[in-house]
Amino acid sequence: MADLRTTFLGIPSPNPFWLASAPPTDKAYNVNRAFEAGWGGAVWKTLGEDPPIVNVSGPRYGAIHSNERRVIGFNNIELITDRPLQTNLDEMRQIKKDWPDRALVASVMLPMNEATWAKYLPMVEDTGIDAFELNFGCPHGMSERGMGAAVGQVPEYIQMAAEWAKKAASVPVIVKLTPNVTSILPPAKAALDGGADAVSLINTINSIMRVDYDSLTMYPTTDGMGTHGGYCGEAVKPIALNMVAEIARTKETRSLPVSGIGGITDWRDAVDFLALGASNVQVCTAAMVYGFKIIDDLVDGLSNFLDDKRLTLDELIGKAVPSVTDWQYLNLNYVEKAVIDQDLCIQCGRCHVVCEDTSHQAITHTVNGERRFEVIDSECVGCNLCVSVCPVEDCISMHRLTEGIDPRTGEPISMEKADWTTHPNNPMRKTK
Amino acid sequence: MSKSAQQPDIRSNRLDNDEIARNFGELHPPLSRSEALIEADRCYFCYDAPCTTACPTGIDIPGFIQKIRSDNIRGSAHTILRENIMGGMCARVCPTEVLCEEACVRNTHEEKPVEIGLLQRYATDPIFDQETPLFSRAAATGKKVAVVGAGPAGLSCAHRLAMLGHEVVVFNRDDKPGGLNEYGIAAYKTVDDFAQKEVDYILSIGGIELRNGKTLGKDFTVQELRDSYDAVFIGIGLGSTNRIGLDGESLPGVSSAIEYIAEIRQASDLGKLPVGRRVVVIGGGMTAIDIAVQSKRLGAEVVDLVYRRGPEQMGASRYEQDLAKTNGVTIHHWARPVELLGDDHLKTIRFERTALDDSGRLAAQGDRFELTADTVFKAIGQVLDVGLLGNPAGLEFQHDRIVIDAAGRTTLADVWAGGDCVAVGDDLTVTAVQQGKVAAIDIDRRLRGE
Repeated sequence: MADLRTTFLGIPSPNPFWLASAPPTDKAYNVNRAFEAGWGGAVWKTLGEDPPIVNVSGPRYGAIHSNERRVIGFNNIELITDRPLQTNLDEMRQIKKDWPDRALVASVMLPMNEATWAKYLPMVEDTGIDAFELNFGCPHGMSERGMGAAVGQVPEYIQMAAEWAKKAASVPVIVKLTPNVTSILPPAKAALDGGADAVSLINTINSIMRVDYDSLTMYPTTDGMGTHGGYCGEAVKPIALNMVAEIARTKETRSLPVSGIGGITDWRDAVDFLALGASNVQVCTAAMVYGFKIIDDLVDGLSNFLDDKRLTLDELIGKAVPSVTDWQYLNLNYVEKAVIDQDLCIQCGRCHVVCEDTSHQAITHTVNGERRFEVIDSECVGCNLCVSVCPVEDCISMHRLTEGIDPRTGEPISMEKADWTTHPNNPMRKTK
Repeated sequence: MSKSAQQPDIRSNRLDNDEIARNFGELHPPLSRSEALIEADRCYFCYDAPCTTACPTGIDIPGFIQKIRSDNIRGSAHTILRENIMGGMCARVCPTEVLCEEACVRNTHEEKPVEIGLLQRYATDPIFDQETPLFSRAAATGKKVAVVGAGPAGLSCAHRLAMLGHEVVVFNRDDKPGGLNEYGIAAYKTVDDFAQKEVDYILSIGGIELRNGKTLGKDFTVQELRDSYDAVFIGIGLGSTNRIGLDGESLPGVSSAIEYIAEIRQASDLGKLPVGRRVVVIGGGMTAIDIAVQSKRLGAEVVDLVYRRGPEQMGASRYEQDLAKTNGVTIHHWARPVELLGDDHLKTIRFERTALDDSGRLAAQGDRFELTADTVFKAIGQVLDVGLLGNPAGLEFQHDRIVIDAAGRTTLADVWAGGDCVAVGDDLTVTAVQQGKVAAIDIDRRLRGE
């Protein structure tokens, strides 16, 4: 079994899987259960000033389901902790004492004045926590009060609050970023400039789940009225991965350690985040959907994967980052064609109809009078749509042309790389 | 052996009421909403879907399943019923395992097709509770069409004609409409008087006058209809059961499977139906399976089904054959009856073994065996009593069935036909529905002078 022990910002944990700051880490009871199940760490549910906020006593969650009622996307309007600060601090102190080998991070959300930060952070740090996570991410409720995403959307505020936190804390400071921004880079850069030791991302995305088809109100509602929540779960992973990769591949931000968050459900999702530059990952929705036991698959799935690949966890981290670039640098001389394995084909014809209706008319439906789906190389642009929609794994694959003529363009195949920056159609092209 | 022991043992109440109720409850319970959603999710939404091609009525199967997925059940029912107005019955009785479900590409992928039949039932069951009709009638054409027969072919034809704006009179030999849907299908395949509910729904479109108890050849003739209607559709099915052609065929205890199936369907108290202790069924089609299984479920101790050829040649699908076996019916292949023995009641049937000879024809092997039986059911097919049609000049037959073209036209310009009485098709409900529909569309074209 590969060694999954991780050190993030000098904080050791038995594996790279932390529970994100959220309902699963609301109190000692939950966190105890999580640590018993094997989670590597927990970011305690966000602390705020006393008196504590109040939550609605109606629906806090909504979900998008598959027909099998599998939760694909999830939404919440729960606020930060609604318990007195001292209660949380007492429980955190006890948890850290009982579980010294696990990472315990305090998530905090405070109004934008330095004195408050200077007052609360030392009180919290005194519980023995390993780090702070500054919640600049929650897009609902708290943002109306000038906190959460309202801070995370203004780089100057991020930098300012990060500086206050660094001044008040002696343990590392992680800044949790909101994805509700045009580019994740200015907020990440601001965190770095403010002295943050790391960033964690993504928090949830502004969302309304749907309409109630009977009442024709938004759904869910509290007494007939609803408000946008924060969207998470499997569906948001690609958005999160892009933001993590952007930070990891950009010169100005790549020195920032990243704790990856967003839709991690099984170990493969963790591999995605780690390979794209996250040093550890945080999980919430999957635990809320299946319970803490999913840690078993996360841990031994990742471990088995590393064994198979003969990689250490450290070697995996960032492994895929060099493969992420800008469109303009993609090799325009590279030509692929789809190939359908006729032995695996079940003849559903989906590849044909989507190519015919929405793409390049490059797949037959009949060959010599028989139902048969074959790629027409002279039409195929290599777009991968057929591969994406085929219900049979590996039935359709993409194959590179390495010699001869591309039957679609009539141009000879060149193994020389050539991208948009030098393309003759590019008015801004660089001369070679 | 005492004399009484030699008496045929045929009696009612072999099983108690609870057992009967269990045995004649629904064979396939309907899908719950969550089962249906999960099953619907398995549909790949194929292009030019093989299941649709395999459906004799050409239902857009991926289309109706997609609508189940989106909870558009009314739209789903419409997609089904616009092609097959008896989509509800067909969902229950179609041999889907040799039609749509056999064609399902999931068979290639995982050897388990989408349960199309059960999904079709899920989509169509709610229509009976809906107040807004799915179909309406076109502007009246003033044309009048006679439909002979109130089975699947006749009712399908009548419904489509009514939709297209014509007035229809349906002549029905029986007391109740529905034909074999009402009289000829195993009871556990269509419970709760479903056949009549479906007929009521079909007739509710309006413009269809149903005349029960009117027999062709007795109460009226084809020629009379031709004289007083703009067009005539014949969907009279088949009449009498084929004869085995052996001495002893008239012995008490030798019965027609079709007739007894009708008795079972019409019985108000199944327990009161007499059934033999030992039952032998001769034949290899659906009717043979239906009577064999129902005999067993009425309490017959031993049911033997004897077919002259092998399992591959049986008209009953593999699924139906398995159903018989799991119900305790013993199937004997490659044997045919040669003697029906008994003094004043059938007692023994003597069979000879058969095989295919070098030229591929069925031939006796000489080897014989006997089965003791209180009842033997003949399920060796039915024939059309051609005489009923009154032999109008120009009406052609092939193998004693009415010749039609692809549009359902007979060789008479104003007469169309469909269902079991025609020379093409496979004697399935779904095929009869299609033939009725196709004929109606052609009749409409003709009556509009197109």
